[in-house]
Amino acid sequence: MMNFKQIAILLFSFSILISCTESNDDSDNGSSDSFDRKALLENAADNIIIPALQDLNSDLINLKASKDLFITTPNQANLDNLRSDWLIAYKTWQYVEMFNIGKAEEILYNFQMNIYPTNTTDIQNNIASGNYDLTSPNNNDAVGFPALDYLLYGLSSDDSTIIDFYSTNTNAVGYANYLSDVINQMEALTNLVLTDWTSSYRDIFVNSTANTASSSVNMLVNDFIFYYEKGLRANKIGIPAGVFSTTPLADKVEGFYSEIYSKDLALIALKAAQDFFNGKAYQSTITGVSYASYVTTLRTNSGSSDLTASINNQIEAARTELNQLDNNLFNQVNSNNTAMLMTYDELQRVTVLLKVDMLQTLNISVDYVDADGD
Amino acid sequence: MTKTTLSYWDKSTSAAPLAVFRIGFGVMMTYSIIRFALHGWINSLYIEPTYHFSYYGLDWIQPLGSFTYILFAECGLSAFCIAIGYRYRLAIILFFLSFTYIELMDKTTYLNHYYFISILSFLMIFLPSNRYFSIDYYHTNKSLSAVPSIPRWTIDSIKLLLSIVYVYAGLAKLNSDWLLKAMPLKIWLPSKYDIPFLGDLMQQEWVHYTFSWTGMLYDLLIPFLLVYKKTRIWGFIAVIIFHVMTRVLFPIGMFPFIMIVSALVFFDSTLHEKILSYLRIKLEPFTSLWSTLSRKRNRKIPFEIKYQNFIIPVILLFFSIQLILPWRYLSYPGELFWTEEGYRFSWRVMLMEKMGSAQFKIVDASGQSFYIQNDDFLTSFQEKQMSSQPDFILEYAHFLGDHYTAQGYKGIEVYVDCYAALNGRTSRRLIDPNTDLYQIKESFQHKDWILPLEDEIKGL
Repeated sequence: MMNFKQIAILLFSFSILISCTESNDDSDNGSSDSFDRKALLENAADNIIIPALQDLNSDLINLKASKDLFITTPNQANLDNLRSDWLIAYKTWQYVEMFNIGKAEEILYNFQMNIYPTNTTDIQNNIASGNYDLTSPNNNDAVGFPALDYLLYGLSSDDSTIIDFYSTNTNAVGYANYLSDVINQMEALTNLVLTDWTSSYRDIFVNSTANTASSSVNMLVNDFIFYYEKGLRANKIGIPAGVFSTTPLADKVEGFYSEIYSKDLALIALKAAQDFFNGKAYQSTITGVSYASYVTTLRTNSGSSDLTASINNQIEAARTELNQLDNNLFNQVNSNNTAMLMTYDELQRVTVLLKVDMLQTLNISVDYVDADGD
Repeated sequence: MTKTTLSYWDKSTSAAPLAVFRIGFGVMMTYSIIRFALHGWINSLYIEPTYHFSYYGLDWIQPLGSFTYILFAECGLSAFCIAIGYRYRLAIILFFLSFTYIELMDKTTYLNHYYFISILSFLMIFLPSNRYFSIDYYHTNKSLSAVPSIPRWTIDSIKLLLSIVYVYAGLAKLNSDWLLKAMPLKIWLPSKYDIPFLGDLMQQEWVHYTFSWTGMLYDLLIPFLLVYKKTRIWGFIAVIIFHVMTRVLFPIGMFPFIMIVSALVFFDSTLHEKILSYLRIKLEPFTSLWSTLSRKRNRKIPFEIKYQNFIIPVILLFFSIQLILPWRYLSYPGELFWTEEGYRFSWRVMLMEKMGSAQFKIVDASGQSFYIQNDDFLTSFQEKQMSSQPDFILEYAHFLGDHYTAQGYKGIEVYVDCYAALNGRTSRRLIDPNTDLYQIKESFQHKDWILPLEDEIKGL
């Protein structure tokens, strides 16, 4: 019987021996945990999320000012000015929407900023009654950028009639108040989210580096993928192209009333997503520690193919398709929806790379799958 | 031959190890059910989902709405009765039925551990686990100084079942992904960077290989280490270290503790008698509670298994199935880890890191088509499981087909655009995108609409 024990110990040591030599053959060096997750979070917070929020906040302050000017003096020049500031802020928003984390998640920031298609009946009822709670979930589709899209472009097909709503209309005060309240609310919410980041949340965020469902490292990437899949792939392209319905739903494009910005907004959103993945600082070409570098580190260590390059190449392919579309995606759907569907297919391939390959590499659990494993 | 066989079935041994095993099992199961309820899993796994994935042919087994809570309560209560040995036979039958029913309600939650509990409780129906230190036999315990004896095979059968679990789990690790690539541990361990002390070690490649190889050797050797008296204590130390390690590294719930307690059954009766006498002292204050429940028994008759002619063939059949079932995968072509045909109920534990993404397309007779947003119908857990397992995909395709047919669509066809990644390989198509899954019937036949992995995982 002693022999048996000795054999067992022998086999055990043998296995360790084999495994050591195995690792020496396989790669030059099994690196230790050199990857700095805190640096990833710091780069995301300090160079991407907070700068984008600051920019959005200042855009919305400008929007507030041009709104005040327009309400005081409703004319074509002031309307143009207001529209231009709306578009600037809307573009910046594309860099913010994916970070549904911290205060943003708590106050359902996204739901109050960019739910489209907007509900024009609700908007008209709110204006008519003059009695509304913009924070109510019932009004999520009557506020934010899509509501402004309607209020600035959609009230009529010609600009002078739109201006009349704010000047000569019997309820001009109601229209002006609603426009004003929606913009003020957007600025207040953004300020709230930004202040939370800069006052306390930033430090909590960057120090939450564990691998748990509620840690920043995991939540950030889950939010990112969720946004990419829903906010970008589905909402901007898939749903209008009728991918999820029997017929195309062209009127569900983002910026439906302003008509010509839908493609632009989608392109910016795609760039924002790619920049975040690569850790590129907001409005800059400097890159820092990111999920891309995290993936590269892990894949290099395990000797697998370069996933970061595959993801970037696939995003390029999607961008190429997207670029060929009409500026007005509504028109694109109605004239040649096949091109929309092809764009969707390319975007979908990115989803597979993010959800399957990247998440497998990072070994991060998909959201809140809460149960025992084998 | 016949003679030795007969003599083996006639051998008897102390009832103490089986009594300790029964108590341990009952306590652990009671706790497991309470833990399950406290996590809110009854609701999130069985009540909230609108759709449940069934095992082939067992789609009549469904959650019972809010009665599901009663089912769990019944299961927990019978586990407690097993622990105290109160109306044991009825309790273990009820436990087996309710636990197995629960596990069959939705295969999303399939775990080898749950399967183990199901078959173990089935086996225990036929064992005299209440013969000693139980309320059923309360009075006999008290008056007889000698520990009652029971047939030896009854304890051996538990040892055999445990040995099958370990050895088959070890055999399943004899494959090139596990041994030569250290997959999937090479993916899993580095993500444990936040574990104190071990976090940095988990990044080392040699650690991944060491864990893979020792895990394989552990599984293959541990039953033998436990069987032989001289190595038993070392085997048991290995059991503790191994299972505590897995508990620290992976979210595997109660299972490590169940296996540690179960391994005690390999020890001699002296240890179990010590455990029981310790328990006896601790339980002394509650004597009045037990005695009211207990029924008077004839204290003289030595234990005999009734219907021995029936029970022994059942046990033999049971073990034959256990030994054969894990090999059924050999009758299917293709890579087992990829097709998962014959993967379950075979002690293939922790062998795969597999993720998938499945986008379903519904086409009707007029040629109209649209994609499905899976979260309209499935929970995130269900979607995760469905996306990489062909039998789930087929079942879900049929659910979708039925759903849209019921909505009035004519001539529905269901296609899937499904990619999966296995053990660090780049994702590739799992399912033929041109197969109308709605026309495919589920069966035990090979699913020829699964696309090949085009990579060979050598070994068992």
